[in-house]
Amino acid sequence: MILYELMDYGLLRVIWWLLLGVLLIGFAITDGFDMGVATLLPFVGKTDVERRVVINTVGPVWEGNQVWLITGGGAIFAAWPQLYAVSFSGFYLAMFLTLAALILRPVGFKYRSKRESQRWRNNWDWALFIGGFVPSLIFGVAVGNVLQGVPFRFDNDLRMAYEGNLFGLLNPFALLVGLLSVAMLVMHGAAWLGVKAEGAVAQRSRRIGGYAALAVIVMFALSGLILWALLPGYAITSPIDPHQASNPLTKQVTRQMGAWFVNYQIHPWLLIAPALGFLGAAGAWLGFRGKASGRTFLSSAAAVFGIVATVGVSMFPFILPSSVDPQSSLTVWDSSSSHATLFNMLVAAVILVPIILVYTSWVYRVLWGPVTEKSITDGDTHAY
Amino acid sequence: MELNIVELSRLQFALTAMYHFLFVPLTLGLSVILAIMETVFVMTGRTIWRDMTKFWGTLFGINFVLGVATGITMEFQFGMNWSYYSQYVGDIFGAPLAIEGLMAFFLEATFVGLFFFGWDRLTPRQHLGATYAVAIGSNLSALWILIANGWMQHPVGAAFNPETMRMEVTSFFEVLFNTVAQAKFVHTVSAGYVTASIFVLGVSAIYMLQGKHRDLARRSMAVAAAFGLASSLSVVVLGDESGYTATENQKMKIAAMEGMWTTEPAPASFNLIGFPDQQARETRYAIQIPWVLGLITTRSLTKQVPGIEELVQDAKGRIANGIKAYDALQQIRAADSPSAVPDDVRQTFEANGGDLGYAYLLKRYVDDPRLATPQEINDAAWSTVPAVFPLFWSFRFMVGLGFFFIALMATFFVLASRRSLDRHRWLLWVAALSIPLPWLAAELGWFVAEYGRQPWIIEGILPTAIGVSRIGIVDIAISLLGFVALYTVLAVVEITLMVKAIRVGPGKVSAPGDLVRTIPAATQPAE
Repeated sequence: MILYELMDYGLLRVIWWLLLGVLLIGFAITDGFDMGVATLLPFVGKTDVERRVVINTVGPVWEGNQVWLITGGGAIFAAWPQLYAVSFSGFYLAMFLTLAALILRPVGFKYRSKRESQRWRNNWDWALFIGGFVPSLIFGVAVGNVLQGVPFRFDNDLRMAYEGNLFGLLNPFALLVGLLSVAMLVMHGAAWLGVKAEGAVAQRSRRIGGYAALAVIVMFALSGLILWALLPGYAITSPIDPHQASNPLTKQVTRQMGAWFVNYQIHPWLLIAPALGFLGAAGAWLGFRGKASGRTFLSSAAAVFGIVATVGVSMFPFILPSSVDPQSSLTVWDSSSSHATLFNMLVAAVILVPIILVYTSWVYRVLWGPVTEKSITDGDTHAY
Repeated sequence: MELNIVELSRLQFALTAMYHFLFVPLTLGLSVILAIMETVFVMTGRTIWRDMTKFWGTLFGINFVLGVATGITMEFQFGMNWSYYSQYVGDIFGAPLAIEGLMAFFLEATFVGLFFFGWDRLTPRQHLGATYAVAIGSNLSALWILIANGWMQHPVGAAFNPETMRMEVTSFFEVLFNTVAQAKFVHTVSAGYVTASIFVLGVSAIYMLQGKHRDLARRSMAVAAAFGLASSLSVVVLGDESGYTATENQKMKIAAMEGMWTTEPAPASFNLIGFPDQQARETRYAIQIPWVLGLITTRSLTKQVPGIEELVQDAKGRIANGIKAYDALQQIRAADSPSAVPDDVRQTFEANGGDLGYAYLLKRYVDDPRLATPQEINDAAWSTVPAVFPLFWSFRFMVGLGFFFIALMATFFVLASRRSLDRHRWLLWVAALSIPLPWLAAELGWFVAEYGRQPWIIEGILPTAIGVSRIGIVDIAISLLGFVALYTVLAVVEITLMVKAIRVGPGKVSAPGDLVRTIPAATQPAE
């Protein structure tokens, strides 16, 4: 219980903000390459055997990778219940599309090669493409909207009302971020295929990956410029009490130009995040030009890390700003679970996460090595 | 309009949850059966047991993937369609879901890849470890989700916080060791074991009837019958335990399941069959067995089981308390600071806050519960009665199936131990035709548990109609139709692949005497 006293409410909130970032970045890095690979599938695999190679590079790991998303959803529910409630219901139809795509994906992996029919397989290949492309795009579009603020407000009972619709989400800036997200995950998937596949598949992946890396650099820079010059950020104008009860309506918020850049002026070392985004993508580009290797994949992972972290760092302490009623915005200081829940959850995470990391890395090591065409056609009945 | 959103959201949740639970029980049970079969392989070195593990593993995989895919829908839907619920109880309800991810899903999902792709990369013992991890992971996920569900039935270890307008945890320990959750966990996983046992038994019986794959079928049936007999007994015993715990905290659900409108002198009799009439508030043509209900639910001869009418009168009292709590809450919220709240207001809230949810029942009729008329209070009290007829009959069908499963498993257990599984062809037919029944029983069970909880989304705390997201009805209609279309296609695909895999069969199976060479001779049984 001394620990409970030491971990004060404000500190726990920052820790859970960081853990939220860890989960989202973990998801983007691990399941991100699965989505990139699925998006690339129809383009880098020309024959059936090639496509099976592509699918089998992620075959043994996609299931574990997807748990980052499921655990992320659970952690948001548990640690940031208002964020969970507002974002999932506010983005209702976008969420439904994401779900439909995410349902198609595992089924596609598992069922595609269970029948010989070429039509059956082609249909599942496109289902897999949707399962990779649609979530990549929607997650990016969602982030693009969050950066601009989302049209919701709370009433006095803290019941949320959402005043936008699906088409409102599809504004130019959000679409730009959506495409950035697609390019980023395609780059990342191509880097994975560069390591895990051989021959023509690897070669095509490297070529597409190079273009994707350039697109990432351009669109990441462009998004930053637009945020700097055209779109206002948000700032809290009332005094902040990191230990206050979680009620968003107790603060004052204004929108102002350049507010998303203030954190970098106060703590210049935070520029590491965007720098990592640019350097990682540049490193991946160089890697794709040579023989793509483990280093290309690491560069690409660093880019993913940097880009996702940039969003979080720029917005801190905001998590989900409200465009129609800025006071309703969710911030780190007023939308978390109770002190007790954050503490209990941290104990669970501290015990379980190291165990997860140990066995996950063991499994990756067991499965290490490229997937060859021979290994697919050699009658291993459990390959996809 | 509001009610339509509620009804559609409920319909969508019910459909997606029941669909999800078509795959979950088989995953729960088959993962354990795979672990049993592979254990026999590793201990004896007989390769036929490895071939059995691989064959049933193929069917497991087809089923598992849809369980995973449809499970994501479940987690997202709380936020999508039940956002006020999520915000109101996320502090308690979210934690088990997050821990489920950390403790169970990572384990299960990481090792399931190794189960399928690791046969040639791992030693037999390592591979067995992966199989155990899958079985443990899937069963742990049931534990955590039932801790979350148990809390909806019996919300312990939490209190309402006026500052944040939501329920917050007061004792995580009580949430974890909720008696309802524990009983439900064992009842549910046992039901999963029965499902998988009957699946393995039935598919093997088909092979026996066709005279195919006899070595595999005979051994599979023996495992299924033994495992299934133990599990089917456990389902009924723990179902009874669920009933007993529900007597303590969900009296209305019990009374509705029993069609018991008025309180009877103890020990109450059990309506074996009858026709509950919600309008007339009576159960017609009831055939009663004296004493049984009192004995089952209270485990005593003297304790009374309250009937529906008495419980409605209780609800009226709690609505009155709830209105007092609601009034005090408004004053607390209107105060400039927590210290400005008068002491008597705070005391009124503390005394009646537990019944705040009962005031919310009035929101259907009137915006401000304090303005409710006596008639509206009466209506709200009667709205705590769920529809009795479907509960009464669903419960009876479920229990009837439960006893049938015990008889089926006991029969095949005896046949297996006498090595005469194929002596009676009609029994093989019974086993094959029983394959869909455990799914039916499981769905009926969930229906009783969740429909019987209505009108509450959290028993006594938050009415279902209040918990819903205020989103456009068109949006919900689109998602509902989308889910129905997508899920129907996937169901067709799944069943096609399952039937194809069963028809193709296990391929080449080792002869019963074949031993794997990598197992040291010392561990081989002497023959």
